[in-house]
Amino acid sequence: MRHVISLLIENESGALSRVSGLFSARGYNIESLTVAPTEDASLSRMTIVTTGSDDIIEQINKQLNKLVEVVKVVDISESAHIERELLLIKVRATGKDREEMKRMADIFRGRIIDATDTSYVIEMTGNQQKLDSFVAAIDRSLILETVRSGVVGVGRGERVLKV
Amino acid sequence: MVLTGAEIVVRCLQEEKVEYVFGYPGGAVLFLYDELFKQDQVRHVLVRHEQAAVHAADGYARCTDRVGVALVTSGPGATNAVTGIATAYCDSIPLVIISGQVPTAAIGQDAFQEVDTVGITRPCVKHNYLVKDVRDIASTIRKAFYLAASGRPGPVLVDIPKDVCVQKCEFEYPREITMRSYNPVVKGHLGQIRKALQLLLEAERPMIYTGGGVILSDAAEKLTKLARLLGFPVTSTLMGLGGYPASDRQFVGMLGMHGTYEANMGMHYSDVLLAVGARFDDRVIGDPAHFGQEPRKIIHIDIDPSSISKRVKVDVPIVGNVADVLDELIRQVESGSARPKQEALDTWWKQIDEWRRRECLKYKNSDEIIKPQYVVEKLWEVTGGDAFVTSDVGQHQMWAAQYYKFEKPRRWLNSGGLGTMGVGLPYAMGAQLAHPGSPVACITGEASIQMCIQELSTCKQFRLPIKIVNLNNRYLGMVRQWQELFHGGRYSESYMDSLPDFAKLAEAYGHVGIRVDAPSDVEGALQEAFKRKNELVFLDFQVDQTENVYPMVQGGKGLTEMILSAEDL
Repeated sequence: MRHVISLLIENESGALSRVSGLFSARGYNIESLTVAPTEDASLSRMTIVTTGSDDIIEQINKQLNKLVEVVKVVDISESAHIERELLLIKVRATGKDREEMKRMADIFRGRIIDATDTSYVIEMTGNQQKLDSFVAAIDRSLILETVRSGVVGVGRGERVLKV
Repeated sequence: MVLTGAEIVVRCLQEEKVEYVFGYPGGAVLFLYDELFKQDQVRHVLVRHEQAAVHAADGYARCTDRVGVALVTSGPGATNAVTGIATAYCDSIPLVIISGQVPTAAIGQDAFQEVDTVGITRPCVKHNYLVKDVRDIASTIRKAFYLAASGRPGPVLVDIPKDVCVQKCEFEYPREITMRSYNPVVKGHLGQIRKALQLLLEAERPMIYTGGGVILSDAAEKLTKLARLLGFPVTSTLMGLGGYPASDRQFVGMLGMHGTYEANMGMHYSDVLLAVGARFDDRVIGDPAHFGQEPRKIIHIDIDPSSISKRVKVDVPIVGNVADVLDELIRQVESGSARPKQEALDTWWKQIDEWRRRECLKYKNSDEIIKPQYVVEKLWEVTGGDAFVTSDVGQHQMWAAQYYKFEKPRRWLNSGGLGTMGVGLPYAMGAQLAHPGSPVACITGEASIQMCIQELSTCKQFRLPIKIVNLNNRYLGMVRQWQELFHGGRYSESYMDSLPDFAKLAEAYGHVGIRVDAPSDVEGALQEAFKRKNELVFLDFQVDQTENVYPMVQGGKGLTEMILSAEDL
């Protein structure tokens, strides 16, 4: 099962490697991992997308909590939540493809944020499936470069991850 | 008061009432050593290899309730320390390791004797720090001691660059430590404890299964009290020995790969299992699927939530300090009127006694050749069962665990989790320094002892009258045993040729060496050794090369699938 784990960790050097090291040492999967400081500069928030049986997810939660610098861990995918990912994709945009690419970006509510005679950079946010669908929908041979941020997420309503 | 970084480090150690620092100097820690030189409150023990510094600090911690401290230099000093750190980590031993680092400006420049110590040690410490600012030294060392000793204990490393040692700042040792990210649970959940007690009182075939957590939380007395209140059988892991008196009728012996028949059978066929500070590891329960075949309810007390339901699903988890939880359990038993089901318990004890009658630890003694088990039995007799006993890793370790009957906690020091050969002698050093007047024996083998034999020199310098009991079978005994049983008798690289004359070697270091060949000389030699109260005596027992450790559960097999003796093969 796929899980989205959010955690708050002391914003200290080496904190990221403690988390990534834990996953590799214990053989847990990381589908994506993102990290950035929060409004409180002493804390970073990390979002980890992982897969595993219930037992493994339970262990991941416990092991993360055991790390001395981890302040709080929440499996946000356990209840209603929102996930977003950012995609920047550079595509070939010449001739008839140019118009078609713009149309596809519009359909998926993407924005063209850079354009040259021959290329576009399209910015798009959404959940993983949406971005996957867009990448699948355009002509593969036109893709010059893709970059994705990995998933970030937040619980719906009053559910808050805070110190 | 304005002090240099090096002065601050030493002041911090004094504030923590550190008795001994085990270490080895080098370029990056010169300023620290200079400050150690100028005072005499914290005593430094100069080892001959950094691995032994950490092992000795670890041994010191195991037989006291104190944090062990080691000091090593950067680069190779730190890498040599890694085995010691990992050993302590696997057995949850509280240590603070201070390592020197190249100056901050040189970090990342591939400087002389530079390694990423924090990176290398990260997977085998409870936590570690690189201190880049002199103003952080005091609070970091305070945190290190707090982290090492609280919650599930473990080693904490503090890496200090050379230039930080000469920077100056105002020194004040922080009294209080609060860490928002670290708040170990100590008291167990009352509701869970009530649930546990209910299960225990309904049990028909109960077993109390205890581990190193009992020792670490100094809960031996409480465990004994609870077990006697309930009248339940008690078994222990290798790490828990001494947590319950071995001579007590309720003690069924060590369990696991080389556990007793009655302990393993009792564990497997129990209907309610109370696990206390133990973690169901592979050497203890064998194949978890086989263990799960028998239905039973499991209560698990552990301070580390991640140890609970890791290998075996647990019915009543109780996160908390073993001593506190046992206290509460005792309180609830004593304040309530309900008592265990005596009739069922009597039947269960009958069954256990029947298993006991197999006398699984019986061995055939000989008049011609020394049996290793016999040496351990005699050591137990000669020391009145009250020595601090360390061991290395292998057959001799298992014989020590099986035949030296530990009555008290913190008397048995060995590497259970990592299984590090070479720990025996440095552990004995730590134990002897912590308990200067007490007998300390290091049960070892001719292979293990050679992994830290250079420490005979340290023992001379610090006049440590350790008794080394070398069970010399000229083989890597446990490897040879597995090769005999599971690899068609192909003894690949397990025979050691060209061994030194250990008695002479000991003498070369300035100690007493005695070689013992005949069974009739075993007791006399041991008595002679312990009579020499001020000397290290190296007893080199030439033992039966073919002796195997039984009972044995083959790796990956179930607990009840024991080989009880050579006849079972």
